[in-house]
Amino acid sequence: MVTVAETLLDGHCPTGPIANRWDQRKRDLKLVAPNNKRKYTIIVVGTGLAGGSAAASLAELGYNVLSFCLQDTPRRAHSIAAQGGINAAKNYQNDGDSVWRLFYDTVKGGEWRARESNVYRLASVSTSIIDQCVAQGVPFAREYGGTLTNRSFGGAQVSRTFYCGGQTGQQLLLGAYQAMMRQVDAGGIKVFTRHEMLDVVVVDGIARGIVTRDLVTGKFETFAGDAVVLCTGGYGNAYYLSTMAKACNVTAAWRCHKRGAYFANPCYTQIHPTCIPVSGDHQSKLTLMSESLRNDGRVWVPKNKGETRSPDQIPEADRDYYLERRYPSYGNLAPRDVSSRAAKERCDAGYGVGATGMSVYLDFSKAIQHYGENVIREKYGNLFHMYERITNENPYKVPMRIYPAVHYTMGGLWVDYNLQSNLPGLYVLGEANFSDHGANRLGASALMQGLADGYFVIPYTVGDHIATRKVTPISTDRPEFHAALDAAKSRVQSLLKVNGTKSTEHFHRALGKIMWEYVGMARTEKGLLFAIDAIQKLRDQFWHDLKVVGSGETLNQNLEHAGRVADFLEFSELLARDALHRDESCGGHFREEHQTEEGECQRDDENFSFVSAWEHQGVGAESILHKEPLTFNDAPLGVRSYK
Amino acid sequence: MNHASSANLNLTLKIWRQAGPTAPGELKTYPLTGISPDMSFLEMLDILNEHLIAKGEEPVAFDHDCREGICGTCGVMINGQAHGPDSATTTCQLHMRRFRDGDTIVIEPWHAKAFPIVRDLVVDRSAFDRIIQSGGYVSVNTGNAPDANTTLVPHHVQQDAMRAAACIGCGACVASCKNASAMLFVSAKVSHLANLPQGQGERSKRVLRMVAAMDAEKFGNCTNTGECEAACPAEIKLTNIAQLNREYIKASLFSTE
Repeated sequence: MVTVAETLLDGHCPTGPIANRWDQRKRDLKLVAPNNKRKYTIIVVGTGLAGGSAAASLAELGYNVLSFCLQDTPRRAHSIAAQGGINAAKNYQNDGDSVWRLFYDTVKGGEWRARESNVYRLASVSTSIIDQCVAQGVPFAREYGGTLTNRSFGGAQVSRTFYCGGQTGQQLLLGAYQAMMRQVDAGGIKVFTRHEMLDVVVVDGIARGIVTRDLVTGKFETFAGDAVVLCTGGYGNAYYLSTMAKACNVTAAWRCHKRGAYFANPCYTQIHPTCIPVSGDHQSKLTLMSESLRNDGRVWVPKNKGETRSPDQIPEADRDYYLERRYPSYGNLAPRDVSSRAAKERCDAGYGVGATGMSVYLDFSKAIQHYGENVIREKYGNLFHMYERITNENPYKVPMRIYPAVHYTMGGLWVDYNLQSNLPGLYVLGEANFSDHGANRLGASALMQGLADGYFVIPYTVGDHIATRKVTPISTDRPEFHAALDAAKSRVQSLLKVNGTKSTEHFHRALGKIMWEYVGMARTEKGLLFAIDAIQKLRDQFWHDLKVVGSGETLNQNLEHAGRVADFLEFSELLARDALHRDESCGGHFREEHQTEEGECQRDDENFSFVSAWEHQGVGAESILHKEPLTFNDAPLGVRSYK
Repeated sequence: MNHASSANLNLTLKIWRQAGPTAPGELKTYPLTGISPDMSFLEMLDILNEHLIAKGEEPVAFDHDCREGICGTCGVMINGQAHGPDSATTTCQLHMRRFRDGDTIVIEPWHAKAFPIVRDLVVDRSAFDRIIQSGGYVSVNTGNAPDANTTLVPHHVQQDAMRAAACIGCGACVASCKNASAMLFVSAKVSHLANLPQGQGERSKRVLRMVAAMDAEKFGNCTNTGECEAACPAEIKLTNIAQLNREYIKASLFSTE
């Protein structure tokens, strides 16, 4: 039995008409005067879209910003790999879009498990993001006359996605990075690259600093600040194989959780439908093929089991365009969770293609016939090129083969409307928080959220914390800093001391197998109970049989990886427990016990219309559940149908 | 429908090992057997490192992250070529089917004075950040922007800017250049912003400052050899360097900024 806290969690949302709430909040937030801002230091951890945009914007306001990243430069965070685009309610296409419609699509796409007020704010600032990025020189795709153009993405019936070829994330991130570099030049930001955050320092109940390890020298350091802004991304690498970059990890968020920050909805994980299938045991990561490809590509499998003909030899009559068949009004642009499950259903039923039978076709032959190869090349050239390099197959000639893979995590640290966690002074932005996507994120909305949080929310809300709490400077000589520093050091030392026989890679792959098999696209009570037990055993083996070579005083990538896997081994248990507790199906969380006759999600609004925010009670001990009730007035609860 | 290439490869790797920035380095030889042609180059190195850890030896340090060819983190010299033999391909996207059974593969870090070695195959490319800091941006604070469609950017102008903006900052241009010049990297950013209406305000100042920063970092000069273009995984063209030279001359002679 899960212990549930008696007091309900409050998201501190403004009240009144939803369209006025953000203005109302901005009116209520206290300000820090321009000449006072330079007296305050803000620590920003992570330099993806959220961290980069936050660091630049806060420095522009006059704060001293300390920016940390574990990459060798702030320009490399995994936001860079986002391909397809960024949503905004500009309605440049005159096709019926509006702030309200983007809000509604996002709430519905998230299966009514997101906070309405946050989502509405996200939709309303989306238009300013595009303006800001264009002003920075982000080369969004244009019509011949020079106006901005759009493409369509899953879960929407309007074209509202802005893009830069297949490199939208790269261009947006470079825009934020360049804005950061401008502030470095101006003296407002100090960047610490190849630094990993290993703990948050809490003084008198307020987050006042961090502990880092310099990945090159192994040196541990503490940094004090007046607010800590965590922008450290998602936890998809708990599954080992995912589309995330190899260094993506849960460590910073998990260490904050262990210091008291609640972790919300960890079971909401997104499995992206269009990834390049696994080719063998050596596979180290999976590669996404952008959802935008479904604008022109058609998904199908053979109608006959055991089909042996090559795809071009299979006539139309023997093909099953199962997305178009099952979801006629959205067709190939059905949302990600729906499309992924549909692919799994066909493969499990024995209709999959490829050597392992674990893939489906994504076919461009119709689009190439219709528009010509050059048009398709201009839209998706880099993606087709990447596909060919990896698979040795030419997608202009034969259909791509794709299969779902872990791609994004909607859960994250709990934050209120101001993006502040329950630990005062700790703000969490972008994928690292839980707030805007509910149980499933729509395509092209991650970039929107990261930049909304960094450019347009945190600059307003962080000042309120400083002004209201009258935060004063603090020294890293305080005992709380020493204690956190010692704890971080001894954890790294203990990894080196295990001296067992198996590599970090071995444990990470083993964890990934458990997670994908039992906590992946389809979950059951029995499977989750098994997974929890298996994770605990694996964690125990890890601490008895881990082998890390080398020392802690030099660049040691093996040691870095071990620390991250140690945290994944703790975190994954919470993810599985959250999935076990949420006895319903919604979005990225599919419990086989709860499905309609057609295999769609069956939500339980009566019992589960709340955010699950978990409070840590020690590793292996059951966490306490805090519930934040969710109410839906402007996007009333409905059936999420894409038929 | 199995497109997997068949026979596994047996290889001899010669890899640069160097314990730290000031430590002496050397090429060490490692035999490696049973490599699937479907593996990526970095997955091959993963296998080697697993073998080394099993034997209690320190694994080879190499930079990598997204393994999708976009983050720009990875990059090594493979048989003397930056990112290896395939054009328009990062090290992480290079696959072992490109090699033959019995091959010897020499793997070294980027060589350039401006990119000091950190360890083994890892180098310090922070000089690139300092060049961008000197002017590789448009000075616009958050919240200042007019509606995005206020300024029209014709399709072909956007396309030119996008092609230059595609640089991933990996450093292959520097590593492949006999002079260790950073002209391709600098020119990509200068062209990207000079081509767009948004970049006009600081056009002269930007190119003058960025070239000065590049020189201060001790990158070499450009002698129009073109190795950088051949090595570039993002297909940044040499014509950007021509544009950089034009921008620089114009700014030097006529700038009033």
